[in-house]
Amino acid sequence: MSVFVDETTKVVVQGISPSSQGLYHGLRNRAYGTQVVAGTNPKRGGDVVEGIPVFASVAEAVAETGANASFISVPPRFAAEAIVEAAEAGVPFVVCITEGIPAHDEARVYNLLVRDFPGTRLLGPNCPGIISAGKCNIGITSGDIALPGGPVGLVSRSGTVFYQALYELTQKGIGQTTGVGIGGDPVPGTSFTDVLAAFEADPETRAVLMIGEIGGSAEEQAADFIKDHMTKPVVAYIAGVTAPPGRKMGHAGAIISGTHGTAKAKMDALSAAGVVVAQNPTEAGEKMAGIVRDLG
Amino acid sequence: MDLYEYQGKQYFARFGIPTSPGAPADTVDEAVAVADRIGYPVVVKAQVKVGGRGKAGGIKLAGDSAEVRAHASAILGMDIKGHTVGRVWIERSSDIAHEYYASFTLDRSAKKHLCMVSAKGGVDIEEVAATDPGAIARCHIDPVDGLTADTAAALVAEAGLHEEARAQAAELLVKLYTCYVEGDCDLAEINPLILTTDGRVHALDAKVTLDDSAAFRHPEWEEFAATETLDPRERLAKEKGLQYVGLDGFVGIIANGAGLAMSTCDVVEQVGGKPANFLDIGGGANAAQMANALEVISSDENVRAIFINIFGGITRGEEVANGIVEALGRVEIAAPIVIRLDGTNAEEGRAILAGRASDRLVSVPTMIEAARRATELAQGATR
Repeated sequence: MSVFVDETTKVVVQGISPSSQGLYHGLRNRAYGTQVVAGTNPKRGGDVVEGIPVFASVAEAVAETGANASFISVPPRFAAEAIVEAAEAGVPFVVCITEGIPAHDEARVYNLLVRDFPGTRLLGPNCPGIISAGKCNIGITSGDIALPGGPVGLVSRSGTVFYQALYELTQKGIGQTTGVGIGGDPVPGTSFTDVLAAFEADPETRAVLMIGEIGGSAEEQAADFIKDHMTKPVVAYIAGVTAPPGRKMGHAGAIISGTHGTAKAKMDALSAAGVVVAQNPTEAGEKMAGIVRDLG
Repeated sequence: MDLYEYQGKQYFARFGIPTSPGAPADTVDEAVAVADRIGYPVVVKAQVKVGGRGKAGGIKLAGDSAEVRAHASAILGMDIKGHTVGRVWIERSSDIAHEYYASFTLDRSAKKHLCMVSAKGGVDIEEVAATDPGAIARCHIDPVDGLTADTAAALVAEAGLHEEARAQAAELLVKLYTCYVEGDCDLAEINPLILTTDGRVHALDAKVTLDDSAAFRHPEWEEFAATETLDPRERLAKEKGLQYVGLDGFVGIIANGAGLAMSTCDVVEQVGGKPANFLDIGGGANAAQMANALEVISSDENVRAIFINIFGGITRGEEVANGIVEALGRVEIAAPIVIRLDGTNAEEGRAILAGRASDRLVSVPTMIEAARRATELAQGATR
């Protein structure tokens, strides 16, 4: 089994036009086998782009096609509005890859979903998306780096280290149930803890690889969850082991202030929770290979 | 982007937050003119984006124009923790009865805004938090609901602000929240927030960090960006839209995504190298962006080898390869380049690079091997 999405998931791509990122990645997702059933564009309702019917709104797309997931890659200034539109249309799973959404927009949308749209899960923003190996790929992950069949669930804050980790597993012949990129922004819609809980509940996921990075306290919260609720083995790598303190490393998520949020603090918390901690993505793959071998 | 104190105060003024009358000055004569205009006594304050200015002698009281002249000439050009003072802020001196603290920031673990108010202001608030946590009143604010006047009033009372300060402080707090939200701040902090001997509450300092992601809806931020002082390498990178942090090693790093860039630094360090920088070319980077990145890295004379680590998702391998080829034609790159390319359209990219392969441009299949190779090449070049 996979978590959050599978071969029955029907995707609507929000903000589709012949030259959009949404179309480019939507077509790649479709080529992977994902059911891309609709696109939206307020000015192009009624069009068909590359065989994908376009609707003026998400609500129409849902009513006409039964879409139950949405994919958002619109520019930052339109992203918050797009997420809310999907939630209002009752879409249960929304993937937003947009990078550079203002933090205040993210905080407002997150809390709006929690309060008014508890049936909608937002993945991202600023994330690579989700891939259920062999079944469904929503987002920008190159599908050929994932290997179907399990038994590993992958969750990552960083996008490109997510790819690296998938690749390390695949190279070693270790399959994945689902890879989930939660994104590196300050207020992600889906947290490590949400994904870890889903993997713990998924019978086909037998071990979890978690990729964190410096800054914030999401990894420490994950460590608490793992200690109290996880029975499955977890391997973790935290990017930024050698990052200097007080510097913003690229995105809002990755900043260390004082000793809080350092890679060491996170690695210590995870080790104390029984997690096998690796020093780099390659070592994480090797340690996971050992665990999978022992699972038999 | 962090603002200077004077910019923070100017930003506060847009939202009606009271501050002392004052103006910035870049020369001694300007400082005297400002002081004469606003009236004595005044405070001459060094404008640097670093704490501890007072202890370093960067904040002085002046009773007349001769004193302003003396202090401004001492402070302008002064070095405070590696920051050279190029501008002072002159403001009317306040008669302080009490010093408080107020701030808004995002609490990432609670996913809500956090307001902190304390009657113990004017000192390092982190020290207060460590030694006397009860002295700070805290309240999480749901961004959907915002901060109400009632909540603000309850907070200033809970923090133990003096009775005569509370009504004004609560009103100021609501304005500060508006500034924080509508002004797209990551941090809006006043320390100290003061009650004057004649019963007025206002901001004596301003610490504001703006959310760079919101710049598209704040054209007024351009004047702040213009005064930003960066390391020359960082300025060049910023102009080209690259995320760059200068480090002190000798292996130049280019990667796509902040996580992979950090991870690349980690691996280089683990195989015995030292990263010269962190550089994230971002998602969806094209050929021109890769060429820009190589240009920035090449401007750092400490770089002995360059490690390009790309795992394409939204970034396409052929674009990366074309960018490298373009850069080789455009910029003189002294250091050898080691590249590792995987992910979206990696094969197309590798094919393009294969046509250019030499001892100056080496393709390596894995991240660890590439880190080793780049480190070896860099160390060979240093010897």
